Amino acid sequence: MTTFTMGRRALMAAAAATLCLATSALADGHQVVEKIHFLIPGGAGGGWDGTARGTGEALTKSGIVGSASYENMSGGGGGKAIGYMIENADSLGDTLMVNSTPIVIRSLTGVFPHNFRDLTLVSGTIGDYAALVVAKDSPIQSMDDLIAAFDADPSGTAIGGGSVPGGMDHLVAAMVMEAAGKDALAVKYIPYDAGGKAMAALLSGEIKALSTGFSEAVALADAGEVRILGVTADERVDAYADAPTMKEQGIDTNFVNWRGFFAAPGLPAETLAAYQAAIAKMYDTPEWEEVRARNGWVNIHNSGSDFQTFLENQEQAIGDLMKKLGFL
Amino acid sequence: MLEGLLIGLSTAFSVTNLAMVIGGCLIGTFIGMLPGLGPMSIIAIMIPVAITIGDPSAALILLAGVYYGAIFGGSTSSILLNAPGVAGTVATSFDGYPMARAGKAGKALTVAAIASFAGGTLGAVLLMVFAPMLSSVALLFHSAEYFALMVVGLSAIAAFAGTGNVAKAVLMTLLGLILATVGEGALFNMPRFTMGIMDLQSGLSFITLAMAMFALPEALFLVLNPARSVQGSGGGSKIDNLRISGAEMRSIAPVIGRQSVQGFFIGVLPGAGATIASFLGYAVERNIATKDEQAEFGKGSIKGLAAPETANNAACTGSFVPLLTLGIPGSGTTAILLGALIALNVTPGPRLMVDNPQIFWAVIISMYIGNLILLILNLPLIPYIARILAVPRTYLIPFILFFTLMGSYIGQNNATELLILVGLGVCATVLRFADYPLAPLLIGFILGSMLEDNFARSMQLYDGIGFIFERPMTLGLLVIAVLLVLVPSYRARRARARQAGVADGD
Repeated sequence: MTTFTMGRRALMAAAAATLCLATSALADGHQVVEKIHFLIPGGAGGGWDGTARGTGEALTKSGIVGSASYENMSGGGGGKAIGYMIENADSLGDTLMVNSTPIVIRSLTGVFPHNFRDLTLVSGTIGDYAALVVAKDSPIQSMDDLIAAFDADPSGTAIGGGSVPGGMDHLVAAMVMEAAGKDALAVKYIPYDAGGKAMAALLSGEIKALSTGFSEAVALADAGEVRILGVTADERVDAYADAPTMKEQGIDTNFVNWRGFFAAPGLPAETLAAYQAAIAKMYDTPEWEEVRARNGWVNIHNSGSDFQTFLENQEQAIGDLMKKLGFL
Repeated sequence: MLEGLLIGLSTAFSVTNLAMVIGGCLIGTFIGMLPGLGPMSIIAIMIPVAITIGDPSAALILLAGVYYGAIFGGSTSSILLNAPGVAGTVATSFDGYPMARAGKAGKALTVAAIASFAGGTLGAVLLMVFAPMLSSVALLFHSAEYFALMVVGLSAIAAFAGTGNVAKAVLMTLLGLILATVGEGALFNMPRFTMGIMDLQSGLSFITLAMAMFALPEALFLVLNPARSVQGSGGGSKIDNLRISGAEMRSIAPVIGRQSVQGFFIGVLPGAGATIASFLGYAVERNIATKDEQAEFGKGSIKGLAAPETANNAACTGSFVPLLTLGIPGSGTTAILLGALIALNVTPGPRLMVDNPQIFWAVIISMYIGNLILLILNLPLIPYIARILAVPRTYLIPFILFFTLMGSYIGQNNATELLILVGLGVCATVLRFADYPLAPLLIGFILGSMLEDNFARSMQLYDGIGFIFERPMTLGLLVIAVLLVLVPSYRARRARARQAGVADGD
């Protein structure tokens, strides 16, 4: 009996929701782009996949874009999709490829034969700051403590992360230590191939601190497993305001792992403007807010030339650091 | 433990997971029954399905169900056709087939079903008791210990080479280790051994390799070996009178009790799986039987049927102990399960009980449910299910090919995977013709990257290989690894002198 009532109530709620959705879509009614094909350079279920599908969901549900389709093209850690965009540029006018910070890093190391300048920059849409965390019961309470421990025993103060040496987590750790006036090369970085394993190493005491994405760090801190020593944002982030920034602890550095969209080279200016307008408009919709909140993303919107400047600055900063660390 | 049990109960009894148990058991029973497709091939084909499910608990429940379902189902063709569906049920045919020829097919199937059920269920109880003990040391494990653990896992391969082909097994392991180095490792940001092919940059895909080693060669084998693809003659034999008497039940009860425990612990040992457990179970029960009973062994003894059937199911459950608690596969089948879990971002090992207790407990609970389902499936329905044996083997080939090719394409959406699959599959078929075991290759591939990563991390943390001597547990594990290589090869040498040998690993 109870199940029946529940079922009916759920049905009514669903019907009401559908009605609201339909009316809002109709009311907005001003479609900006007819159709977008999202190219995802990795397999289903990864970060890129979630970004493309979430963005597509918000764009179509809010009526800004008529329809969206998705294509996963894994291979070469994303390099295959970049090559495909460049080789087939003429026929890919309706295609947007999702990408993120690694395109900068991997182009610098030469793993990708191309770089972001070979593509049409559309928009950076979301991002995640980075953070250094320690185990909950660690004697290290702040960045000052970590730096003191590092000074006392650089080799015994290993910092772990979920990326390869020279990858994002390593660069963040090195960047922070360098901004604190230490030798980035002396930082002992231990790579783990997955965040979970790095976390296990932190708990077993194998590593003293962990370099990871801020949203991951917040999840771990909420679970009561870690303490966040510092976040690489300019100001404290609302999602976890207890976490101090690096800057307020006297370490002048910032870092954003962005995600954004690229189009094939030689995209006509008006098509590019339409894509950028569609994405800009998306931020004000409740549909986007729902997708964003569900995934814990931070809005970091850079469009067109802003995106170009942002990427060039990041390339410069990362490139300098990688040279210093001997990766270039 | 109580808390864990509750988590397990709530996870296992979700609608999805119940469907997984039932589905896995059904698929396992049907395919396990068909001579030619072993549990390894079935599970290899099922991996993409499991990975698409996305939830590691559900995926492992499905694959585990397929595994013990296949061991359960394999007995049917052993008894009715004298053609074991899987290697683990070869010993079942020793007494099961004579019983069927004597018109007691129904009784034989009942004994097999009861023995399998008891073996599987008692095995699950033992798994529940022993696995948590090993997990209590989780936090003591650093990269150095994980490295040593991988060495133990690799050295167990020596034990795989039951027929004395240690050299071939080692060679295949090395080949697996070599394949594991292709692509960007976790420790270097440059690609290795990719020959400039971008599709190799992230390394070979485990799914593709598993399919190429175990699924594709099966299909090619059926094509190349027409004798095996003729129509099955089973299904025709009349199966009636499934009843067994109280006296018969009393006579097999002690056999089932002994073989559940013995089979389980044989399954726990790396390298010794359901096949070895069933042969040993048969041999032990024959040796301790009374003189009159001994004479009956091989001529239709119900004790001789109950022993291997109990042992192989208990061993199948036992093989989950090293997989779930240490993350090292004891057999080719558990190696595939390990690979599937890794693909789902779950690393089995000492931390599994801490990080993902629901996976561990849900699988155990699902084993109870699964064994119950198999009992129901096998007792009243078996006369109908056995009709599947009449299906010509040739109909299997397109199915295997379809699922293999689709499986490696889906998820990656990369057509190059298909070329790699077919290329490796042809190589694997050639290797099988030359009698090289393929399971060690897959184990080498799976353990290879973990071995390298943990070794390199330890080197970095300790500024050299000093960790081997600084960490007593690492040293201890490495000593065990050396013993694991030396003892079986010594035994094999002795056994060869006595002209004894056991069939392939399972």
